[in-house]
Amino acid sequence: MTSTLTISHLTKAFGGVKALSDVSLAVEPGERVALLGHNGAGKSTLMKVILGLIAPDGGEISVCGAAPGKARSKVAYLPENAAFHSALTGLEQITYYMRLRGEAASGAMELLDRVGLGHAAKRRIGTYSKGMRQRVGLAQALIGHPRLLVLDEPTSGLDPVSRRDFYELLDGLAADGASILLSSHALTEVEARTDRLLILSGGRMVAEGSLPELRREAALPVSMQITALNGYDTDIMAALPDAIRLNGGLHLSCTQEDKLATLARISAMQEKVADLEVIPPSLEDIYSHFSRRDGQ
Amino acid sequence: MIARILATAVTEAHIARRNRWVLIAVALMVVFSLVLSAAGSAPTGALGADRLSVVVASLTSLSVYLVPLVALLMSFDAVAGEVERGTLPLLLTYPVARWEVLAGKLLAHTAILIVAIVAGYGVAAAITIAADPAAVSGLGALWRLTWTSVLLGATFIGIGYALSSLARRVSGAAGLAIGLWLGLVVLYDLGLLAAVVADDGGFFTTDVFPAALLANPADAFRLFNLTASQATAAASGVGGAAATIPLWQSLLSILIWPLVSLALAALAFRKVEP
Ligand SMILES: Nc1ncnc2c1ncn2[C@@H]1O[C@H](COP(=O)(O)OP(=O)(O)O)[C@@H](O)[C@H]1O
Ligand SMILES: [Mg+2]
Repeated sequence: MTSTLTISHLTKAFGGVKALSDVSLAVEPGERVALLGHNGAGKSTLMKVILGLIAPDGGEISVCGAAPGKARSKVAYLPENAAFHSALTGLEQITYYMRLRGEAASGAMELLDRVGLGHAAKRRIGTYSKGMRQRVGLAQALIGHPRLLVLDEPTSGLDPVSRRDFYELLDGLAADGASILLSSHALTEVEARTDRLLILSGGRMVAEGSLPELRREAALPVSMQITALNGYDTDIMAALPDAIRLNGGLHLSCTQEDKLATLARISAMQEKVADLEVIPPSLEDIYSHFSRRDGQ
Repeated sequence: MIARILATAVTEAHIARRNRWVLIAVALMVVFSLVLSAAGSAPTGALGADRLSVVVASLTSLSVYLVPLVALLMSFDAVAGEVERGTLPLLLTYPVARWEVLAGKLLAHTAILIVAIVAGYGVAAAITIAADPAAVSGLGALWRLTWTSVLLGATFIGIGYALSSLARRVSGAAGLAIGLWLGLVVLYDLGLLAAVVADDGGFFTTDVFPAALLANPADAFRLFNLTASQATAAASGVGGAAATIPLWQSLLSILIWPLVSLALAALAFRKVEP
């Protein structure tokens, strides 16, 4: 089976600003890929190039076997901060989009129900909250059976419950073979719900892989927080020369490989230790490790 | 294709209805037509024409201002509004051609304009015929005024779309639309008149002036309707050389202008980067 989306050596500059430099990636059918990056990393630009809204300066792109913008009936898009005409009702807006895709408009109400907007379908979009507008955007991206969904910060403005519902929707679509490319600026949001992560930084692809792969590659130190029994902290510090005093306790960091050996040394001093906490590198730590901009 | 154009037209009609444009357009046309027909049904007798033809002549002078204004008011937001709201990028990722989007908007806006024109002229005709049943002989002139008004409106709707695409901001598009309306409908004639007076029957009056009248869709509209009812001199105020322009030339201008303005609109819209 061929990839739904392949990009090789894509470059795009706005004036002097390099928004994308030599970006290559592929998304397979049924795969959920998260595109991560700080503000201005180039996520939205990459998506607009894929959709054919912006012409690239160089590189090759194939979307569902065609050039960008040439396979529009197979591609769905959710723009960042999805906007709609405030005078239309949710139902009218979705009906319009269904007709443009050649779908029977009778399914519009069902679609709005699917994203939890059934109760507000006949109200003007001007009266919707940001989260509700985001759901209208989501509903329109589900119209027809898109082979590729390009979702720009789809969960921004959604509360945690809606966010979970959203990822459940995605699971269903991916199970049907649709490819999903979604962007976010927070790794914590997408971690467990995507198959692969891509990290963009300053227009460059700086990391790619599943979360365990990235965790291994980043090789960030593990922190340990030791609370000594009364008076024993100097003994412990003598035994662990790397430890420093922090917030009234002892703080120690070590590499993944040294983790077990260090733990063994601490447990050898059992009678002097009141408590021990092992803190693995957080998702944000891993993310900022990769997305640090050059020179920082 | 047809389904996508119709879907766009229906959506635009919803928007126009909610934004009260339908109401505003109809109210403007009806109120001004009422005022004119009230004034026009005072006995004139001078032209030997029926009362309805006299009303049609004054409606022509009114429509030259009002129809382009209503058309521009409905159309200046069409593209700039989508750009400013941020709805255009999403729309352009749908399997719909840009010209289909414009065609859908045109369909809706023209339909609203037709409703307004028919309501306005209809009221004027009803009042006039009620006052003087012999006025039915002027119905031909009224019909001519109606379809040419629709074409004039379509021309200015197209111009509105083109300006809207060029401006890309709603405020800019509104400014351009007002400026263009003033220029083409008001200042253009004043300028020509001044030039004709200064020229005093020279080359400008005989050669440039007729061409200049035909080149302006609003002037061609007025010329066609007044020439067709042999009232040029009476109501145009320009008289003279205008009377010598054959009917087919102003007709041609009226027929070609909508095509030109819509082609310009499509070209300008194609250049808009979302
Ligand atoms: N239309 C544009 N004109 C000029 N610069 C742009 C344009 N769009 C994006 N950029 C620049 O390109 C870079 C990437 O932007 P963007 O793709 O929006 O980032 P992200 O979505 O990751 O926050 C930024 O430096 C931004 O300022
Ligand atoms: Mg963005």
